[in-house]
Amino acid sequence: MAKIAVRVGMASCGLASGAEPVYKELKELLEGKEVTLKQVGCIGLCSYEPLVEVDIDGKRTIYGDMTPALAQELVNSSFSPTQALREKIVYSDEIKEAPENRRMNKQVRIVLANCGIIDPEKIDEAISRGAYEALTKALKAMSPEEVIDEVYRSGLRGRGGAGFPTGLKWKFTRQAKGEPKYIICNADEGDPGAFMDRSVLEGDPHTVIEGMIICAYAVGASHGYIYCRAEYPLAIKRLNIALNQARQRNFLGNNILGSSFNFDIEIKEGAGAFVCGEETALMASIEGKRGMPRPRPPFPAESGVWGKPTNINNVETYANVPWIIRHGADNFARYGTEKSKGTKVFALAGKVAKGGLVEVPMGMPIREVIFDIGGGIAEGKKIKAVQMGGPSGGCIPSWLLDTPIDYESITATGAIMGSGGMIVLDETSCVVDVAKFFLNFTQRESCGKCPFCRIGTKRMLEILERISDGKGKMEDLDLLYELALQVKEGSLCGLGQTAPNPVLTTLKYFREEYEAHVKDRCCPAKVCPSLIHYVIDSEKCIGCTRCARICPVGAITGKVKEPHKIDDSKCVRCGQCKQTCPVSAISVE
Amino acid sequence: MLSVEQDDEQAVREIIEMFKGKKGITIQLLSKIQNTFGYLPQEVISKVSKELDIPEATLYGVATFYAMFRFKPLGKYTIKLCRGTACHVQGSLLIAQEVMRYLGVSEGETTDDGLFTLELVACLGCCSLAPVMMVEDDVYGRLTPDKAVKVLESYRKAERGE
Repeated sequence: MAKIAVRVGMASCGLASGAEPVYKELKELLEGKEVTLKQVGCIGLCSYEPLVEVDIDGKRTIYGDMTPALAQELVNSSFSPTQALREKIVYSDEIKEAPENRRMNKQVRIVLANCGIIDPEKIDEAISRGAYEALTKALKAMSPEEVIDEVYRSGLRGRGGAGFPTGLKWKFTRQAKGEPKYIICNADEGDPGAFMDRSVLEGDPHTVIEGMIICAYAVGASHGYIYCRAEYPLAIKRLNIALNQARQRNFLGNNILGSSFNFDIEIKEGAGAFVCGEETALMASIEGKRGMPRPRPPFPAESGVWGKPTNINNVETYANVPWIIRHGADNFARYGTEKSKGTKVFALAGKVAKGGLVEVPMGMPIREVIFDIGGGIAEGKKIKAVQMGGPSGGCIPSWLLDTPIDYESITATGAIMGSGGMIVLDETSCVVDVAKFFLNFTQRESCGKCPFCRIGTKRMLEILERISDGKGKMEDLDLLYELALQVKEGSLCGLGQTAPNPVLTTLKYFREEYEAHVKDRCCPAKVCPSLIHYVIDSEKCIGCTRCARICPVGAITGKVKEPHKIDDSKCVRCGQCKQTCPVSAISVE
Repeated sequence: MLSVEQDDEQAVREIIEMFKGKKGITIQLLSKIQNTFGYLPQEVISKVSKELDIPEATLYGVATFYAMFRFKPLGKYTIKLCRGTACHVQGSLLIAQEVMRYLGVSEGETTDDGLFTLELVACLGCCSLAPVMMVEDDVYGRLTPDKAVKVLESYRKAERGE
């Protein structure tokens, strides 16, 4: 008899799209049947949520946009898809032309190997897919030095964005004097537009925990912290469940797996401060203080949390470790480029047709990620740029899309690899507006300790506001550039040092767009409110009054069946009239 | 949730016992107070400060640093409107402006009837559903200004028993 497993994607995005009623329906219908039903984490095809995967003897078919009614149809048809269901297939091992096959097959899943496959709340499922094998191997067959050497040889570099070689960092902590030693997992994923770490924590918490235990063994730490932002309640819940299950199996605690190695992990919840993603600020926050960064050196490896040697890596970095130990450094290093090994997880969003979570080998050109995996630009528009690395990163223009994804190449464009946010911008996105958006964010999140960041980002924001209000002068552009360089040079921590990147890259690649705002008082992308006007084409207008009714400020007047007019002085540029007009009579000038 | 007027001596006592003699607990302590009372009441802070021998300045220093802490009670429903990058490029600013107009409040404020508190947050991590807002634990995605207001109207209606 065929072995059938049904998996429902129930990470935050899935739940938000209505996975819960679909799951409940399936649970009821499958009661007493020889079918395993599972709640799993993110499958990565976010734009099709809710997703249901049917696995028959290892052959997978993924259905998107599922509803309880479709779920019923699925069960009633004994999992052989009816016409209605056939249209919902997004991926299939058997049907070659399924729309997302190419997308799935282009990816290499190391970090996300179990995401969307196992029930993250059941340790046995993780174990059946190889979890904790690496830990057993490390404890029984390898010395701490050998573990460090293996990680070093794999070429793994910090996935938080800076790209420091992980093995080297571990070596420094191992060699540092002082007891006890600590390790920290940075799960304070604060970049707006990034959800890689959340997905890993929600979908496969054990790979992160196992990576941390192996690291602790290697550097000689007895205590670990996971610093997770409080905005991720589901991730925290699943981590707690996973930690308890790991303790019961003696993967954590005293004399782990019969060795003399003792280690346990505690979760520390953040309280909403972006700067706490910076390692020294994060450690201050763990100590219960204001999360303010301090100058380095000393580096955490020498003097970290509570003044003791501390190794700190982010979620994705730890999640790579078990794979490396199990499959060996050489196998890991087969993926990627000379200096950037392995894979990188990206959260693909913005004006891309099919956003989602993807894991690709290093070295893949950005273009392939956006077009082959993300399906190109939504609504057939033209791509303008891709924003990588969030508020610390920069805009890479469309003509540099063949840049391969590796630390050095991305840095050369002026952006940074960052933690994995990839926001696609099309011709309707204004780069001045995007730069202003990020500056507004970093300016608010600046902790205020050093003047370059505190005052510099504020002054930069003011200049950007002037420009987007149509009140800028040409000198402002030079002033903005100069100030950006100084803030980059003079700031104490990563937040301030990278805050000017969005401005610097947009100035570098899209200077003419800035100039249009200043010289012509015009926003070419038609975004900046002060520089645009909504007008009704009296020839096209049929006088249906819809726009007048939806306008929140009563700026539109006109009689039924007669052309309407917009009072520009009242208009707040919310754009609702344009969206609601049935005959496209409203345009932006 | 308790109000300060009620007999909450006991609750404060329990919080103090829970954290006595522990180090590095400021953030958890404040979270615990906030979870108990819904916000950080001045009288509770000053009592805890004395009993645990942590200067009030330290507690306020930490409380004002992190976005999560507040000094006023919340409305019945907290709206978290996402202003992350993906939501921004899909027009979340217009939604925020429309919601503010509809509710008559600015960021961080509570409506006069105590029904809604509006928070603008950095990222809810549901970028593929952008633009997104949460009302309590419910996520509403692919919003337009009009849709967002309709969502809030539905809460108002439910409240009036319609």
